[in-house]
Order: sequence, then C-alpha cells, then structure tokens
Amino acid sequence: MKKHVWRPLFVVIALVVGILLFRAFYVPADFGIQERGYTFGYHRLGNEQEWKNFPEKYKGSAYCADCHEENSASLVKSGHGVIPCEDCHGAAFNHPESPEKLTIDRSRDLCMRCHVQLTMPSSQRNDLPGIDPQEHNVGMECADCHNPHNPSLEDM
Amino acid sequence: MKRREFMKSAAVFVSGAAVSVSALELLDPREVLAKNPDLRWGFLVDTHKCVGCGMCVKACKIENDVPLEANVTRTWVERYVMTKQGEVFKDSPDGAQHGYTTKRIDQNHSGMKDVADEDITQAFFVPKLCNHCELAACVQVCPVGATYSTADGVVLVDRKWCIGCGYCIMGCPYGVRFFHPVVHTADKCTLCYHRISKGGNTACAQACPFGARKLANLRDPNDPVAKIILTQRVGVLRPEYGTKPQCYYIGLNEEVR
Repeated sequence: MKKHVWRPLFVVIALVVGILLFRAFYVPADFGIQERGYTFGYHRLGNEQEWKNFPEKYKGSAYCADCHEENSASLVKSGHGVIPCEDCHGAAFNHPESPEKLTIDRSRDLCMRCHVQLTMPSSQRNDLPGIDPQEHNVGMECADCHNPHNPSLEDM
Repeated sequence: MKRREFMKSAAVFVSGAAVSVSALELLDPREVLAKNPDLRWGFLVDTHKCVGCGMCVKACKIENDVPLEANVTRTWVERYVMTKQGEVFKDSPDGAQHGYTTKRIDQNHSGMKDVADEDITQAFFVPKLCNHCELAACVQVCPVGATYSTADGVVLVDRKWCIGCGYCIMGCPYGVRFFHPVVHTADKCTLCYHRISKGGNTACAQACPFGARKLANLRDPNDPVAKIILTQRVGVLRPEYGTKPQCYYIGLNEEVR
C-alpha cells in the first residue's frame, strides 16, 4: 500500500493502542461483568465492600439496654414500649465514647408526630390518642405532665 | 488494488471490527451460576400500620448522611386523603421528615388545603423507598457502569465511578433517585447495605415503632416477612413498567402511584 494510506492508518493504530493502554491502567481489575450479568451487574466489585464499610449510626434498642437496663425495662412496660430508644434520644453513633451524652428530643414537635389528632380512617393513626395542638395546653411541653416512659396520666 | 482484493480485505476488516473489545470479555458460566441462591433482599410496607410519624425518614437521613435541611431524601412518606366528592389529595411536606402534624394538606402552589373531617372517606399514609427492582431501569441506562445490582438484589451507586449525568435519576419510574448535594453524584436508598450485610435491619425499619416497614430475605422459606409476601395479598408500585419491584405493599389501592 502507498504512503498516503499508511500514514493515517498509523495515527489510528496509535490512537487505539493509546486508548487501550489508558484503559488498562485506569480501569481497576475488579471492574467488569459480575453476577447479575452485563445489563445489571457491570460494575466495580470493590464498591460493594465500600458500601458494606459505611459507618452505622443507629445501634438499636438492644444496644441501649445493655447499660440502661432500668430505663429500657420501664419503657417496655408502658404504652410507649414499641418506640425505639433512638427515636427520641437520637442516634447512638459511638456512644458512650463519642458522643459521651446524647441529646434527648423533649420537644412538643416530637410528640405531635403521632399525637396530633388527624382523621385517617384507613390508618392506624386513627387509633392513637390525639390532641388538637391549638387547644391542648398551648405553650407547654408535653413532658411537663406526661412521662415519656410511662405516658398514661392514670398511672402517674 | 483489484476490486476482488478490496472486497476481500473490506470483509475481513468489517467482521474484525464488529467484534468489539467488550464482547471479547467472555462470560464465565460458573460466574453466572454462582448467583447466591440463598439471599435475595426484599421489603414489605404495611400501609395500615403507618401513622405518618416520619421517624423512618429522619433516621434514614441521619444514618446515611443525607443533609436534613436539603430537599432530597432516600425515603419519604406520602399522605393520601380521599373525599366523598371523589377528590384525591396527597402531600409529603419535606418528605414527612417532621411527620404529619396538621390536618391541612400541602398543595404546593395552590396553598394548604382544608378538608372537612366529615368529607373524608379514605385517608392513609404510604411510605416510599427504592424498590430494588429485579429489572431496574436506572441500572440499564447508566453509561459508565456506576450503578448496578448486587447478587443479593440491592441496587447501589458507585460514588467513585458516577459521572453525575443524571440518566438514572430520569430513568427511575418511582423517582427515588436524586443528586446528592454534598457528594455530587447520583444517590439512592442502599437498603442500608452496610447494616443488612452484617445481619442488622435497615435504619428506617428499625426506627419504625409500628412495624410498618420490614426487611425480608425472599429466598428464605422460614423468613416470617418473606412468608407474608409469598402467601398474603401484596402489591407493588407501578407494575406496568415491568421493572419487577421487590418492595411489596399491604393495603395499596389505585390512587397510589
């Protein structure tokens, strides 16, 4: 073949080799077709482990009960027994090391999440004791009268 | 060059070029068969049990470092209110991360809607999250292989690989994907992969006081949640899209999309 054919061909070959070389260095060895096949599983396998290593923040009520047995036991007996500790006390993170103390959410807003009376005939919300926030002791904190670990006023 | 010669070399070149580089990476049949047959994650939402407290949304955001104040969330709770006049109202203020504390329904531009108690026929909450579809549309559209399905059925995003093109955000029929305001990649529910792969529960399911959200291993015949999915009347969202969602709902009706 003549020069005018070879010259552009060399350029193309150089480009292809260059791209393949770049790809070989840039794309990690674990990138490729994994278990779910080309359509759904084409990815870097190492990323699955990276997600598995993501730090946990919520530790669960059983973790709290390991040290705070009394509080945990009293809560379980009450009407609020179904509520996980961390919903009000905040995520444990690495408590007791860091943070040493958790900030308890004692706000009216927290209680209102469940206890504002809404008309929800197709939902369990209807069965929860509910108040009208504009009528019921406006300006007061719920915890002034109701013990969150034993909310029934009859038991107080 | 003679015509015959030219045709010959052209045929050779074309057939060679047709075999692309990726096709040369042959599938190892053992790899394909090595699909973990014992584990396939699924999720069950009982809409009767949800009271709209939004603790799941708050827990999810804190657990997964999604800023609380940002208008994006991996999971949210919708409120549906139907009236005797046949109207359907729905809202999800801030994804319900502060719960539902008013009867007034947020109608965006048209303001807050008051619905009289006596007009309400049905009203309920529907928690939403990624459906971890068997045939996920979002995965198929990713041009760089950044989003994928794991062997145990969880759809994840590789944050190092994602170029932020947004195809997957557009491709998801359920709108569960968003652009992460801090990481600057596509983001979505990971089904708390870091928790469930260590034997834990998802943060949202753990935060739910009423058991409205439950994690299931669909391949385990003794899993009580998988039993419900297999034996009870459950539905999925938008089955017409053919994505085979693996998040099942108890108590859906046609107004829920």
